[in-house]
Amino acid sequence: MTRFNPDRRRLLQALGGSATLLGAAVLPGSALAAPGKNKKLGRVVVVGAGFGGATAAKYLRKWSNGAIEVVLIERNKEFISCPASNEVLAGNRDYASIVHGYEGLKKNWGIKVVHASMIAVDVDKRKVKTDHAGEFDYDRLVVSPGVDFLFGAVAGYDEKAQEKILHAWKAGPQTVALRQQLVDLPDGGVYIQTIPKAPYRCPPGPYERVSQIAHYFKTHKPNSKIIVLDGNDQIISKGKLFKGVWDNDYQGLIEYRPNWNITEVNAETRIVTSEIGDRERGDVINLVPPQHAGKIAHDIGLVNANNRWVNIDWVTLESTAVKNVHVLGDATLSAPLMPKSGHMANQHGKAAAAAIVEILAGRQPQPTLLANTCYSMVDDRRAIHVDSVHRYDSEKKTPLVVPGSGGVSAAPSIEEGLFTRAWAKNIWSDILT
Amino acid sequence: MKKLIPLIGLLASTGVLAAGPAPATPFPYFVANCFNCHGTEGRVNSAIPSIAGRDREYLEAALTAFKAGTKQATIMHQLAKGYTDEEIAVLADYFSRQK
Ligand SMILES: Cc1cc2nc3c(=O)[nH]c(=O)nc-3n(C[C@H](O)[C@H](O)[C@H](O)COP(=O)(O)OP(=O)(O)OC[C@H]3O[C@@H](n4cnc5c(N)ncnc54)[C@H](O)[C@@H]3O)c2cc1C
Ligand code: HEC
Repeated sequence: MTRFNPDRRRLLQALGGSATLLGAAVLPGSALAAPGKNKKLGRVVVVGAGFGGATAAKYLRKWSNGAIEVVLIERNKEFISCPASNEVLAGNRDYASIVHGYEGLKKNWGIKVVHASMIAVDVDKRKVKTDHAGEFDYDRLVVSPGVDFLFGAVAGYDEKAQEKILHAWKAGPQTVALRQQLVDLPDGGVYIQTIPKAPYRCPPGPYERVSQIAHYFKTHKPNSKIIVLDGNDQIISKGKLFKGVWDNDYQGLIEYRPNWNITEVNAETRIVTSEIGDRERGDVINLVPPQHAGKIAHDIGLVNANNRWVNIDWVTLESTAVKNVHVLGDATLSAPLMPKSGHMANQHGKAAAAAIVEILAGRQPQPTLLANTCYSMVDDRRAIHVDSVHRYDSEKKTPLVVPGSGGVSAAPSIEEGLFTRAWAKNIWSDILT
Repeated sequence: MKKLIPLIGLLASTGVLAAGPAPATPFPYFVANCFNCHGTEGRVNSAIPSIAGRDREYLEAALTAFKAGTKQATIMHQLAKGYTDEEIAVLADYFSRQK
């Protein structure tokens, strides 16, 4: 299996003096020998089977060659993708196409999937407690809870108001309901999009949503209007590209207001108010609230950055607050220029799986590279992207963008529209099958 | 070159993937950076091309050309600039060995 040949000789020569993460290029897709030869290496409990957690679960099984037992705790029965959900709002994609099952993780990878909520942890006994499925011991715990909303930051946005004024910033019933509000909106109606100050989940997401809804209005309700109330001082991702599309393709349809920070909403009158007292009335209001790490991260003492996010070690993705607990995805305090994206959460999942396999095998985990891409569909066919590659800096102890790497699309294109749809299909499959 | 000989011996006899405290070389986990777009192990059937089992020289030449900006691309020219030439050799070799 590991026969030597001249190509390998050349390669090994090339690798002779290079970084430690290189080297085993010749080997199949597992970092450990065949399962029969391994003693069990331990058990990892993963909480949250979204983009980060489900990826970690799969790659822990794959790279340990089954030597690590994995229990995956997820409160939802299905994986519902936020990526591509903006297309559903515009009627450019079926809702069913963003909903996926967890069977692949069970059948292909032997992961024990438990549908329950984690409610507590005993960090000394290394035990996770769930609401109705009992307790689970772990050697290592991985937590990828995504975000929760700071509803209190917008006065009037209580539980009752959330039934009328939707956020649709977690895909699911809210996505379906917002689509219905848009379908019910008469031609000539006003749609308001509010955007919180960064950082929030998916920097280009709100601007993609505006583009998708503009496309729907242009093709179905041409007298309607979109007002974008952005808490930031400008479009914070792919700004020139989005602005170009809005100016060229959706002329007169979109009104953009920077530095418009919403502090109040009245669900009855559908009026929103800014911190300096400006007001706007909309027929449909989509309110994307400010965010912080998912609730469970707060409950178990992981949150140690601005009272909002989780600080981690960027080699192992282990929490700096609680030992043996690794935190992934949107819940982390992002490294410089690292977005809170599904693509990046998938990368975190792989990096954490790699580190845990190395640790449980008694070896020293090495920093790996992390790369991001965020595609955005700007109509029913064309897309744009932003991408970056992040390399660990051992002095600063954080990943930094490799100078000269990454960038944005030259222009929106149909070709990238095809790649965007391929990306969604391929990343779902990389996570779940 | 001389230094490599014991390493090669080890590869041939025990396989570097065995669990244990001191493997000869760690697994190049960064190859998984490519899986989200090109499919797990580079295997996929989509508008984004499959890279599993392609000729090693072809893959290395393609990645090097993306990095140099001499091969037309929507995104690979930007991503390839994040990897060293040694890492590109590892990537090309790894994916050429996937079926
Ligand atoms: C409209 C929109 C569009 C987007 N588009 C893109 C895109 O095109 N590309 C991209 O890369 N990213 C995109 N994103 C961002 C992406 O969705 C997130 O960055 C990604 O989901 C983060 O992964 P995560 O694992 O941190 O959280 P999630 O994927 O949200 O997973 C968290 C999981 O944890 C579960 N959970 C939480 N607490 C508990 C608990 N106590 N017990 C049990 N289970 C629990 C939740 O149910 C959830 O399933 C988009 C987001 C939005 C809102
Ligand atoms: C964000 C998605 C994405 C990621 C991540 C990505 N690729 Fe690509 N790759 C593409 C696309 C799209 C193309 C088509 C060329 C283009 O437009 O950039 C491509 C083309 C290629 C090709 C040319 C294939 C051919 O048929 O000629 C190679 C080789 C390749 N990629 C290797 C890699 C490797 C190795 C990695 C990981 C370091 C990687 N790619 C990561 C999207 C991606």
